[in-house]
Amino acid sequence: MIRKLADSFILGMIYGAAFFSVMLLVGIIGYVFVKGFPFVHWTFLTTVTSILRGSTGIAGNLVNTFYVAVLTLVFAVPVGVGAAVWMNEYAGGGWGVRLIEFTTQTLAGMPSVIFGLFGMVFFGGTLGLGYSVLTGSLTLAVMVLPLITHNAREALRAVPDSYRIGAAGMGATKWYMIRTILLPAAMPGIVTGIILAVGRIVGESAALLLTAGSGYLLPQSGRGLLHKVLESGGTLTVQMYLSMSKARYGEAFGIGVVLLCLVLAINLCVRLIAAYTKRIF
Amino acid sequence: MQYISAERYGNSYRNAEKKRYRDRSRAELVETVAETVFTFCAFCSVLAVASITLYMVVNGTPAVFRVGLKDILFSSTWKPVAKEPSFGIFYVVLSSIAGTAMAVILGVPVALLTAVFLAEVAPKKLAATVGAAVELLAGIPSVIYGMIGMMVLNPVMYRLEQRIFARTPGHQFTGGANLLSAALVLAVMIMPTVISISETAIRAVPAHLRASSYALGASRVQTIFRVVLPAAKPGIATAVVLGVGRALGEAMAVSLVSGGSVNVPLPFRSVRFLTTALVSEMGYAGGLHRQVLFTVGLVLFVFIMLINLSLNRILKERERQDD
Repeated sequence: MIRKLADSFILGMIYGAAFFSVMLLVGIIGYVFVKGFPFVHWTFLTTVTSILRGSTGIAGNLVNTFYVAVLTLVFAVPVGVGAAVWMNEYAGGGWGVRLIEFTTQTLAGMPSVIFGLFGMVFFGGTLGLGYSVLTGSLTLAVMVLPLITHNAREALRAVPDSYRIGAAGMGATKWYMIRTILLPAAMPGIVTGIILAVGRIVGESAALLLTAGSGYLLPQSGRGLLHKVLESGGTLTVQMYLSMSKARYGEAFGIGVVLLCLVLAINLCVRLIAAYTKRIF
Repeated sequence: MQYISAERYGNSYRNAEKKRYRDRSRAELVETVAETVFTFCAFCSVLAVASITLYMVVNGTPAVFRVGLKDILFSSTWKPVAKEPSFGIFYVVLSSIAGTAMAVILGVPVALLTAVFLAEVAPKKLAATVGAAVELLAGIPSVIYGMIGMMVLNPVMYRLEQRIFARTPGHQFTGGANLLSAALVLAVMIMPTVISISETAIRAVPAHLRASSYALGASRVQTIFRVVLPAAKPGIATAVVLGVGRALGEAMAVSLVSGGSVNVPLPFRSVRFLTTALVSEMGYAGGLHRQVLFTVGLVLFVFIMLINLSLNRILKERERQDD
């Protein structure tokens, strides 16, 4: 009798814990949306904060986020996928793979402040890029590298060996096989890695605060678009942190709503790709 | 019919041979280039870890020599901008350790129970929904956790503080921005990591163990806590270690909710962590102060490397057990 009671008590706790986790999510999303929705309107999304007009806007930060995400991916995706190809197709196990596995795992566990410090002194100082979008992107590229490598490698592993044997049997060279068969077959996994990386980039703040600074102006048109890469630029999360520290809560909640929408969209994309992959294989 | 002279035939044969040779050497060149490029990509992560280590050590050690190891690590006065500055980070290190420990104590049990729910208890559909929620929780940016902590948790903490310390005249009120708030936010932030990794570990426990346990007359709860969880221990250990790493390295969320003065880490004291010292002071620090901040970074780096090494150890142990 007592045992039964204890059992159902523990089961109740298990249900309670799961309920708590779900409520946490619902609570966070609900709270941010309710508090932040009144602040999200057209001017907020399409203009830059102006003291003259007394209006707040996050257009500059949206553009910066876009810049940082694209540049980071330009650096990180080729290297990450290349590393996965080497580990899976060229290296036949051995110390090289073990070493790279260890360093990838180390990078994955490194806190973002450390990346920030490193990026600040190496890309910003040694390479002389200062506080700029480029410094931030290079730093984040190092940060998301493990994510892309890991996903690409898992995807390459899932490609059946018969594909490789078939290609080799038809006389394809290794590079030809990788280019035309393995990478296309692994594409859903690679894209998942890229989208997850975008999620991390969008949500990142500590590393960017130390490397990309907090500029919030829109780039000038024409050559200014290119030049923006070398200027300081705060992403949405950095701006949100700064608004919180300056007690401009309305702006912070508005950015929170935009960020949550991005996160939800990214999550949805990953789910869709996973469903698509499941259907194919 | 046209006859080809032997000489011309030989020529065309030779040309074809030459072309084939050229093609093949070009293909070989492409192959070599491809392999070299892939190898380079692969060792980029090694390069990254090596240079991060190098830069952290090179930038973090000068202050140790200028101030003295004992005066940095074991002195508790942190007055970096005073006339006679003092750079003791003892309380900062202690706060980081205390905050992480509290976060693990608060977060891991709930996370473990949720993992049990997902892997053992819940029907498939419900598990999929809760699992999706957990995944989303992992994707929420840390500033948002910080904001929620600041707007929701801190006022609650303040009320609690007022009640508890109403009769303690010496208490310095923090407005709710204290170690306990930071620990709670961290506990929530490490939950998704701990949940998903321990869920995988629990699912990997072979079914025959459960079946034998049931056959011996054990109840479901007994089976979960006496058989399944012990069998999943290495995986759960990995989850906890990863959670410790996340909690120790988190900066933005805790910098918003922890108050930020250097203090003995007690639950209702405003505290400063290793990470928050970096993000809040790096912007204006100069000279020796800046160098000391890099030492703070180095201390954090050493902690994280220790965690990584122990993680590697656990994983190796697991591999050996699986074989």
